[in-house]
Amino acid sequence: MSTWRIARLIAAKDLRIELRSRVVTNQVLPFAALVMVMFAFALDNDNVLTRVAPGLVWLATMFSMLVLVQRSFAVESADGALDALQVAGVRPGGIFLGKSMALAAQLAVLEVVLLLAAIVLYQAEVAWSGAVLLVTTFLAATTGLAFVGTLYGGLAAGAKGRETLLPLLMLPVVAPVLIGATRATEAAFGTNGASSSEGWPWIGLLVLFAALFGTGGTLAFGSLIDE
Amino acid sequence: MEPVVQLSGVVAVLGGFPVLAGADLTVARGEILLLRGPNGAGKTSLLRLCAGLLPVERGTAIVLGHDIAADRTAARHRVGLLGHSNGLYADLSVADNVAFWGATVGATRDEVAASLDRMGLSGRLAKVPVARLSAGQRRRTALACLVARRAELWLLDEPHAGLDAAGRDDLDATLREAAAAGATVMVASHELERAGALAHRVVDIVGGQVRE
Repeated sequence: MSTWRIARLIAAKDLRIELRSRVVTNQVLPFAALVMVMFAFALDNDNVLTRVAPGLVWLATMFSMLVLVQRSFAVESADGALDALQVAGVRPGGIFLGKSMALAAQLAVLEVVLLLAAIVLYQAEVAWSGAVLLVTTFLAATTGLAFVGTLYGGLAAGAKGRETLLPLLMLPVVAPVLIGATRATEAAFGTNGASSSEGWPWIGLLVLFAALFGTGGTLAFGSLIDE
Repeated sequence: MEPVVQLSGVVAVLGGFPVLAGADLTVARGEILLLRGPNGAGKTSLLRLCAGLLPVERGTAIVLGHDIAADRTAARHRVGLLGHSNGLYADLSVADNVAFWGATVGATRDEVAASLDRMGLSGRLAKVPVARLSAGQRRRTALACLVARRAELWLLDEPHAGLDAAGRDDLDATLREAAAAGATVMVASHELERAGALAHRVVDIVGGQVRE
C-alpha cells in the first residue's frame, strides 16, 4: 500500500478511536478551558489579559497537546499495536503522517475552543483585516505542532517514564512555534497597535518549521520506533 | 519443499544477554512447527527474530527469501506475529479492529467478514468494543486479524492461552487450513499435547539453540 493510503487509514483509525472514547471532548477540552480560566485568575487585569491573550492561547495549546500526544501513543502501546504495525510491514512514513493528520485535526478543534475562550474571557478582538493572517497562522502552527508531537511521541513511546520524558523533550523544540505563532497572532489581533503585515514574516518561520519536521519525521520515524 | 525460514548459526542479543546462541533451523512452506522448551529458552526470541523485531547479531537468517540479517524489515509485510500482547485497539469494536488490520493488506469486506466468521466473532459480538471482551475473546479477535492479513508465515506465541475449548478447536482448524493453503506456521507453546497433535514437526529450544 502507498504511504498516502496508509496515512489515511491510520488517521481514520485514530479519529474513530477518539469518536468512541471521547477523550478530547470530555477531558482535554475542559482541561484547556480550565487553563485559560486559571490564567485569568492569576493575571486578574483586563488590560494585561487582552495584551497577552495570543501567548496564553498558544501556551494552553501546547500544554493540552502533551495530553493529546500521550493519548495518541498510549493507544498504540497499550496492547502492542505499534509492534504489530511494524511486523505488518506498514510503512513507518505512513504511520507518521496518519498520526500527524489525526493529531492536527484534534489540535484544530482545541484551538478553536481556546480562541473563543480568549475572546470571551480576555476580550481579545479579531479584526477582519487580520482574519486571513489568523487562519494561516493556525494552519501553519498546527501542522508544525502535529509533526513535532508525533515525532517525539513516537520517540518516547517505548521509553521508561515516557509521561515525564515527553514534555522535557518536546517543549524546548516547539519554542520557535510558540514564539512565531504568538507574534503572528498578536499581529492578527492588532495587539499593542501591531499591523497584519508584521505577522507574515513569522508565518515563514512556522512553514519552515513544519516542512523540516514533516520531512524529517517521515524519513526517521521507522528508525525511531524500531529502537 | 521450498524453505520459508532458514537460520544458520544465528546469534541474537537482548539487553547484553545472548537469547539465541547459534540457532540452526529450516522450516518448509506449508509446515506447522512446534517450538517447545522451558521458559527463557529462546522460543519467543526466535519468533521475534523471524518477525524482524529482533536484530540478527551473527549468522545467516533467510525468511521468505529475504536476508533479514541485512534488512530485518524486508519480509515483515508477509509475516503475522501473535505474541503475548494482541495488538488490538481497546476502544474500537471487534469488527473495526479486524477491518483495520485487514485494510493494511487491502483485504475486502467479504474477506474481513469471513475472518470474523472463521473465529466465531460474527453477529452481535462483532460490534462489541474490545475493552469489554474477555481475555479469550480478545485472543480470538487477534487471530481473526491475522487471518484477515493473509500472512504467509504465522508466528504464534502461546496461541491457545486464554481460549476456551471451542476457541482452541477453531484455532487448530484455522491453522490447519492456513497450512494446507501454503502458509507456514511456527507455534511456541507449553501445551504440548494439543500443539503436538497439531504440528507436523516438533523441535526443542534449549539455551538459545534448536535441537531436532
